[in-house]
Amino acid sequence: MTEIVMAEGLGKRYGGQWALRDCTLQVRSQRAVALVGPNGAGKTTLLQLLAGLLRPSEGWVRVAGGAPFQEAGRVLPHVAFVAQEQPLYRDFTGAELLTLGAHMNPRWDDRLVRERLRSLGVPLDRPVARLSGGQRSQVALALSLAKQAELVLLDEPLASLDPLARQEFLQTLMETLSEAPMTLVLSSHIVGELERVCDWLIILTAAYVQLSVSIEEALATHQRVVGPASRLDTLASFAEVIVATETPRQTTAVVRTSGSIFDPAWEVHPMTLEEIVLAYLTQARSPSRRQGWDAAV
Amino acid sequence: MIDFFIDGRSGVPPYLQIVHQVRQAILLGRLRVGDQLPPVREVVSKIAINPNTVFKAYRDLEHLGVVEMRQGHGTFVRRAPRQVSSSELAAMRRSLLRWMKSAREAGLDPDSIRALFTETFQEAQRARAETA
Repeated sequence: MTEIVMAEGLGKRYGGQWALRDCTLQVRSQRAVALVGPNGAGKTTLLQLLAGLLRPSEGWVRVAGGAPFQEAGRVLPHVAFVAQEQPLYRDFTGAELLTLGAHMNPRWDDRLVRERLRSLGVPLDRPVARLSGGQRSQVALALSLAKQAELVLLDEPLASLDPLARQEFLQTLMETLSEAPMTLVLSSHIVGELERVCDWLIILTAAYVQLSVSIEEALATHQRVVGPASRLDTLASFAEVIVATETPRQTTAVVRTSGSIFDPAWEVHPMTLEEIVLAYLTQARSPSRRQGWDAAV
Repeated sequence: MIDFFIDGRSGVPPYLQIVHQVRQAILLGRLRVGDQLPPVREVVSKIAINPNTVFKAYRDLEHLGVVEMRQGHGTFVRRAPRQVSSSELAAMRRSLLRWMKSAREAGLDPDSIRALFTETFQEAQRARAETA
């Protein structure tokens, strides 16, 4: 398998403010990536860099072998990007948008997209502005999938959808993934609903990538441990401490370690993906602590 | 044909849940030798799950010798897993009851007994996984 996305030291600055820094990533093709982080963490910036909408301020990024911004003509046919607000031409009907897409994209699969929207009951003869939020999302998704891009980037695709529309949206997405060789990146500030559909996790907080591993590995290597007080140094000697709280009697911590913790002083509990993400978000809230741990390690 | 479901709160990885559900369906007679498992595409469009998860489950079942993947045709039940006879089950149950009795006599309360069992069980599973 090959890497569809490669980035090294990638960063984007707006004025004096870094929206993304020191981002080094590899994403193998045909992965489904959950890009998770709080609002303002840099998720949209990263997606826009991948989609060639922004010029990197530092470092580099390659998508399908080329620089998305500098070599847009070569790279962009391989990339589909749906922004958070699904910026469709609101006065156009679904049918008109499909015609437009077919004219602008060389590998357009018109039959598939029409069939899909019909089976979902999305009326193609109505202006997009008069569709429901769920239907509009399905139109935006259908357009991005009809392009048959190798890399499909969806920014917060589920945010505006009710539970049933979410389910239908994810069903369409997974059906396509089982049929076509494509790589998906979905951003969200909630990991729960992406856990089943994705197999890779990227956690982004405060402009930095904190974790980029398979979901399987994330679940296998993170543990909540409970042990005696004032033992953080010992803990840090055999595991990476993500967050910790101490009382005079007890230490509770979330750790990342590739091995098992055999020290009987520590009680070890498995964690859900949501709890793991939360631990990283909590860590980001207290940057001084993070530095403290790094020094301890 | 059977339908799968994923319990998001069980903590069991989704692919293992599918493996369990297939084995369960075979044990209960809902799937017989020669029956076809639902195609991957159908599973993912029904329960919105990553197709690789379903592939992984089917591959695992193939490794276990439970199913056979026929290129271009689908995945079929090959043989029923080894049935444990009811007399064997009864014997194991009796020895487990003897063990629990001795644990109670040693002064362990129900929670400690359960914890000890779970811990030993997990340790044995880990040891098995490591030798395998």
